[in-house]
Amino acid sequence: MEIIDAKTLDYKAINEALRRSDDACTIQNCCGQRFLASGMSQKDLTIYGIPGNALGAYLNNAAITVYGNGQDAVGDTMNEGQILIHGNIGDAAGYAMRGGKIYVKGNAGYRAGIHMKEYKEKKPLMIIGGYAGSFLGEYQAGGVIIVLGLSRNKKRIVGNFPCTGMHGGKIFLRDDCHDIKFPEQVTARPASREDLDELREYLSDFCSAFNYQIDDLLSAPFTVITPDSKNPYKQMYVAN
Amino acid sequence: MKMEGQVRIPSGCAISAVISREGKKISGDIITNSMKPMHDRSNGLGGGFAGYGIYPDYKDFYALHMFFNSRDTRKTCEAFLKERFEIVQSEIIPTHKIPAIKNEPIIWRYFVAPLRSVMSSLQLEEKEFVAKCVIRINDEMPGAYVFSSGKNMGTFKAVGYPEDVGLFYRLEDYKGYSWTAHGRYPTNTPGWWGGAHPFTLLDYSIVHNGEISSYDANRRFVEMFGYKCTLQTDTEVITYIMDYLLRVQELTLEEAASVIAAPFWSTISAKSDLEDKKKHIFLRTMFPSLLVTGPFSIVFGFNGGLMALNDRLKLRSMVVGEKDDKVFISSEEAAIRTMEPNAENIWYPAGGEPVIIKVKEGAF
Repeated sequence: MEIIDAKTLDYKAINEALRRSDDACTIQNCCGQRFLASGMSQKDLTIYGIPGNALGAYLNNAAITVYGNGQDAVGDTMNEGQILIHGNIGDAAGYAMRGGKIYVKGNAGYRAGIHMKEYKEKKPLMIIGGYAGSFLGEYQAGGVIIVLGLSRNKKRIVGNFPCTGMHGGKIFLRDDCHDIKFPEQVTARPASREDLDELREYLSDFCSAFNYQIDDLLSAPFTVITPDSKNPYKQMYVAN
Repeated sequence: MKMEGQVRIPSGCAISAVISREGKKISGDIITNSMKPMHDRSNGLGGGFAGYGIYPDYKDFYALHMFFNSRDTRKTCEAFLKERFEIVQSEIIPTHKIPAIKNEPIIWRYFVAPLRSVMSSLQLEEKEFVAKCVIRINDEMPGAYVFSSGKNMGTFKAVGYPEDVGLFYRLEDYKGYSWTAHGRYPTNTPGWWGGAHPFTLLDYSIVHNGEISSYDANRRFVEMFGYKCTLQTDTEVITYIMDYLLRVQELTLEEAASVIAAPFWSTISAKSDLEDKKKHIFLRTMFPSLLVTGPFSIVFGFNGGLMALNDRLKLRSMVVGEKDDKVFISSEEAAIRTMEPNAENIWYPAGGEPVIIKVKEGAF
């Protein structure tokens, strides 16, 4: 295990140190350095502090664990691997993500999973333990987003305009969603037995990472949102 | 050198702010340091700060911070000021000579009180009189630019990275109950000193990350009321909008936020609180030309408080944190952690949701 003290290092120096090392690495005193581990493969990385924007961008099968909050664009265009955050994350997490997994214990900002996609065996998964901001799954084209809404103090599980422009993939919200307005081009329905079996599979790693019991998580109602191919997305921004 | 307005500036930018709800004094080097982890959000073509409560010895006087391009301009401007104000103090703003900051103009400050006789002959209330004088200098006096004009507050800005600008202006020598900061990323203009943020009028100041697509519609509207957008930068117009809504129209901060970052009609129609719904319909109907569209995150400073606000679609980042009496606002959490490693209650305000922090009554 190699320890990197980030206190006096910029992102370039940190990434060079990560590339030089063949060992698992731990970054300490991280404070806002961007692009950490971007494009890296076969790397086991632990971060203490606050990694900067675009953590694990283009990640190519590395495992990142953060003890702290993430900033914006965690896992931007990530291809493979896993990012585990023991805190909250900012806006646009998993932007155009096309593979791999992002697990967040806390809340996500705006536009989580924007333009997520999938192709053949590549199917990205994002699980948010708390609540998500507005525009969750905006223009989602594939992959799976799960929001659990744990410890959210009566706050809505998701902000305004979820699934705007969604045309592929699947979203699970752990709520009956009676107070949430979805756009016309998606279908929101209570989870079926098959959906719950699918969920059980998705949630198992999340539960072991953050010490949750899977049956506790599955004991509440889930809503499943998928695009309705008969009524495709048309517009959002023009007529306001 | 091309001035702003001759070229278009899409910008990246970083913002940061801190305030003590108890009115306790915070040294300026804290806000300077907060900009360091966000270095890459700026490109060295503009940095600036606003400090509130920094001039307790002159708190009853308007502090005019000015750039002049020559000694002659300064003399002409001083003659203009002497006809309208009593100047109780006139001095160079102290700076450190550092290699990172070059080509500085003449940087001066005046502490002034408006002459009663002139105000009464013009039948103008004090703040209106001061605002009119500031707008006139900026519009009609080439080479002279008032970049700060409030009481017991001041802005400090330059071409350079914000952490260098803070060092240049010796912010460690000032203590204020609140501070705002800005790092600029204009990508296709040389940038100039007056074009750096914050933009101010009286004690109102704005730091802004983003790009306003409604700029011209907003400008045409406020110019009907005597404001002059002399810099043609988008941010300037937000300062005048806030002055118009708060000082002239006497709206509350929440109401002003609902005008510039008005909720979508669909969001308004879904409101269950009928009073609130009616108010939002009224505000959107009364001030449609003051809706600010395009991405923005701003911190608005005023005597006794701060307000942070995102555009309604939240196309720029903003984080808020707290520790004891202090509240921190920034584009990135890293900046908050630099000011206070143990900051608590870190949260991300929603688009169009104003975060208003006021210093307790009597503490500023």
